[in-house]
Amino acid sequence: MAAEAAPQREAAPAPIMAVRGLARAFGGIRAVDECTFDVRPGLITGLIGPNGAGKTTVFNLITGFLKADRGSILLRGKELLGLAPHEVERRGVVRTFQHLRLWSKMTVLENVLLGCATPMGESVFSLFLRTAAVRAEDTRARERAMEVLEFFGLAGRRHQLAEDLAYPEQKLLSMARIFATDAPVMLLDEPASGLDGESLRRIVPQVRRLVEHGKTVLLIEHNMELIAELSDVVVFLHQGRVLAAGAPAEITRDPALSEIYFGV
Amino acid sequence: MTAYLAHYLVMVGIYAILAVSLNLLIGYSGIFSLAHAAIYGIGAYASALVALKLGLGFWGGLVVAAGVGAFASALVAIPSLRVAGDYYVVASFGLQVVVLAVFMNWTDLTNGHAGLPGIPRPNVFGWVIDEPFEYVFLSVAFAALTYAVCWRLTNSAFGRVLQAIRDDEIAAQAMGKNVVQVKIVVASISSALGAMAGSLYAHYITYINPSSFALHESIFIASLVILGGSERLAGPIVGAFVLLAIPEALKFLAIPDTVAAPLRQVIYGALLVAFMLLRPEGLLGRARTQARDGR
Repeated sequence: MAAEAAPQREAAPAPIMAVRGLARAFGGIRAVDECTFDVRPGLITGLIGPNGAGKTTVFNLITGFLKADRGSILLRGKELLGLAPHEVERRGVVRTFQHLRLWSKMTVLENVLLGCATPMGESVFSLFLRTAAVRAEDTRARERAMEVLEFFGLAGRRHQLAEDLAYPEQKLLSMARIFATDAPVMLLDEPASGLDGESLRRIVPQVRRLVEHGKTVLLIEHNMELIAELSDVVVFLHQGRVLAAGAPAEITRDPALSEIYFGV
Repeated sequence: MTAYLAHYLVMVGIYAILAVSLNLLIGYSGIFSLAHAAIYGIGAYASALVALKLGLGFWGGLVVAAGVGAFASALVAIPSLRVAGDYYVVASFGLQVVVLAVFMNWTDLTNGHAGLPGIPRPNVFGWVIDEPFEYVFLSVAFAALTYAVCWRLTNSAFGRVLQAIRDDEIAAQAMGKNVVQVKIVVASISSALGAMAGSLYAHYITYINPSSFALHESIFIASLVILGGSERLAGPIVGAFVLLAIPEALKFLAIPDTVAAPLRQVIYGALLVAFMLLRPEGLLGRARTQARDGR
């Protein structure tokens, strides 16, 4: 069942990413099984489901960290399956991790700079042969990184090590560094997990602002209130299959889905 | 005494090149290599052979040495770095053993244990460098060049990627960094520089044999990095100054040669253990991260 566009929209935009018949088994366990859904541009799509539903496996399959047994993931009509993780990023899909995976011994600014495009600075030949161009690129990257840090309210922390930030700020940094890339599709793995009420009030509007700045968001989240508040479309996953997709109100009110999710 | 001091400084320069280039792998990329002596040897033999058999001069030998060193390293890096960093330790150990076996057994080419004598002194733009004192300039100039190359690499976006790979390879991949390619490139650059040190050594001593490039030499070069401090570019240079001074200091004590050699190994071993326990960051200590992105 494919996700419908948000009901408030007159005409559903064409999907930016189309997941079709995605499957992946670990031994005898089908972690993802004929999973099909759409991610539409400029919207927040929430991927929900009980523990073990296969949500993170779907993220790992999309981003190339796991190989799919079958299926297809089309980004603007081009196949992503079979690409290495760095190639997926270059095609335009970036992700955060549940356990953040920040470069903890590097500064906040360095973490974000690694998201900024610096192809010449990363090329050994350009480093030695095109020094002026590399310097200009570095200046642009630093300006971009500072804009991103301002956007996430982390500019004042730029010289601190990532490990020295408070947990909510580390969450913001994990989003900031992928926002700094030019990738249009952002996959957020539980952006609100482990946060208290006050921190949530800081993170939630930030996720909404990502979309306002032209990004498309696919997020995994367990907090149903947050899903209802944030998502334009919800995809309900159970035992690796998409059971339902639609507007958050429809999904969260469905008694059958609630029973699967909450066991009541 | 001047010649003695000059010899010490020449060797410090050569080992500084080896240690700084190895630190690109150990300190900046988190890749531990046990083959740097083999790479050093490849550089020495390549340079000596092209000088003796093809009559190629110092500069030609240097270029050939760097090229062959980088190629040998890439040959091992391409399959082993595709999997995980730890495999490189084993693969580099294999390279060390194989290369030494080639030096010892391909007698038609390398003259086996007897080694290659009569390697010509370098001719640098018409200036034949045949005094240790003159060689200090050459050795220090190449050490400075190595430092400059490594400084440029590590203080750049490329250096940031290296550190990102070292600290969390998966995060680096997710951020679009081609981890395997970067590792192969850095292993090749490190080896090209290490092989260059071999070329300098061959033209300085004018005689090479396999014993100079054995496994214990790889461990010694790694010790220079660890004791000097792998988190700073200058750490391994300090390591070279200090550790090369130890055998020289022993010469001033009334110890027979048969005791001095094993004693040297005991001192190196004890120092390594002591540093691991008391000062794991090495003599120069940790880099102040905050200063790194200050402009």
